[in-house]
Amino acid sequence: MATPVKVHGPPLSTAVSRVLACLIEKDVPFQLIPVNMAKGEHKSPDFLKIQPFGQVPAFQDEATSLFESRAICRYICEKYPEKGNKGLYGTNPLAKASIDQWVEAEGQSFNPPSSVLVFQLAFAPRMKLKQDQSLISQNEAKLEKVLDVYDKRLGESRFLAGDDFSLADLSHLPNAHYLVNAAERGELFTSKKNVERWWGEISSRDSWKKVVDMQKQST
Amino acid sequence: MTIKLYGVAMSTCTAKVLACLHEYGAEFELVPVNLQNGEHKQPAFLAKNPFGQIPALEDGDLTLFESRAISTYVAEKFKGSSCDLLRSQNPKEAALVKTWMEVESQQFSPAISPIFYQSIIVPILHGGSPNQAIIDESAAKLGKVLDVYEKKLSSSKYLAGDFYSLADLHHLTYIYYLMKTPYGKLINERPRVKAWWEDISSRPAFKKVASGLTLGDKN
Repeated sequence: MATPVKVHGPPLSTAVSRVLACLIEKDVPFQLIPVNMAKGEHKSPDFLKIQPFGQVPAFQDEATSLFESRAICRYICEKYPEKGNKGLYGTNPLAKASIDQWVEAEGQSFNPPSSVLVFQLAFAPRMKLKQDQSLISQNEAKLEKVLDVYDKRLGESRFLAGDDFSLADLSHLPNAHYLVNAAERGELFTSKKNVERWWGEISSRDSWKKVVDMQKQST
Repeated sequence: MTIKLYGVAMSTCTAKVLACLHEYGAEFELVPVNLQNGEHKQPAFLAKNPFGQIPALEDGDLTLFESRAISTYVAEKFKGSSCDLLRSQNPKEAALVKTWMEVESQQFSPAISPIFYQSIIVPILHGGSPNQAIIDESAAKLGKVLDVYEKKLSSSKYLAGDFYSLADLHHLTYIYYLMKTPYGKLINERPRVKAWWEDISSRPAFKKVASGLTLGDKN
């Protein structure tokens, strides 16, 4: 029986939750190892050995050590193709290429503005930091344009990469969840018909509900 | 049927894919996109990339956008040839390639791209003045990323191990342009990063691409 994989980091972290969602979709047993970020544990020499940029998550699968949540997700899908959701990363090269394309779109186009908004609107107030209104408006405008593209795409296709839920959709869950539930920006999603439909479907998946539970239990 | 790559040789993202195609000796056709005339925002091109950005690839019935998804697709399509930029046969190496590809995508590119944009695109394509504050902020971030690279390259010849991979290749085009600016010093000041850059930029496949990276050349 293989050792459970290890995920280092708090479930409240968007990048950590991306990996947790993938592990749960793939039915891969894991051990969540806390990292005390308030005490700067992620910048400690021991942690920097497993994540030299001092960020969460870090991941270990027996002797293999990785970091960067999207790399970890791809690794999990390729290592365990027959477990859990077999189609999560496609079952043929063309499907996989389409999924990679939309994971890249998430990483390059959706993530930058949504991350700024999540920080400014959900985290900064709770950390008693001053919000930057101009940064907020700039990034709302950027994110609107991205979601316009998504709305058109999701009018042609049930999920981003095709007819099935994939890593591409999953990759969006962490930031979108905070935008809707902690930043009062649900309207970004509900004002566009196809995006609203898609968000409703992906956020109600059992795997994501379990991650949200883990986040709630960790506070 | 030949692969078609839509883009322009002087574009960092198009050239990233060109480097990969050349490494694999793949047959392809570079189909120019007239950016000055806004061709990339016209319906015919938006059908290939709804974000209206170059490059896009066509291979038979498959259309793909996002340079990193495209290069990964090319590497997987030509897997089994003497070129091996994903290390798919060795799961541990493949995991490290995935990790460092994401490092380029999530740590390196966001830091270097504003320097490139302000130093080269703004003056040359927009006739404007570089925003020094943005450059300085990005140079500081890039310096920190390259400090991690300097340390990593003391234990391996390339980023993912002692083998050249897509993780290294994805850095080529932005660094090439950085070296045309005073901020090339960020590379030159770090001996192992400098040696790594000199190695990867001297590869024949990249030399073919470098001759097309003409933005900023005084002709």
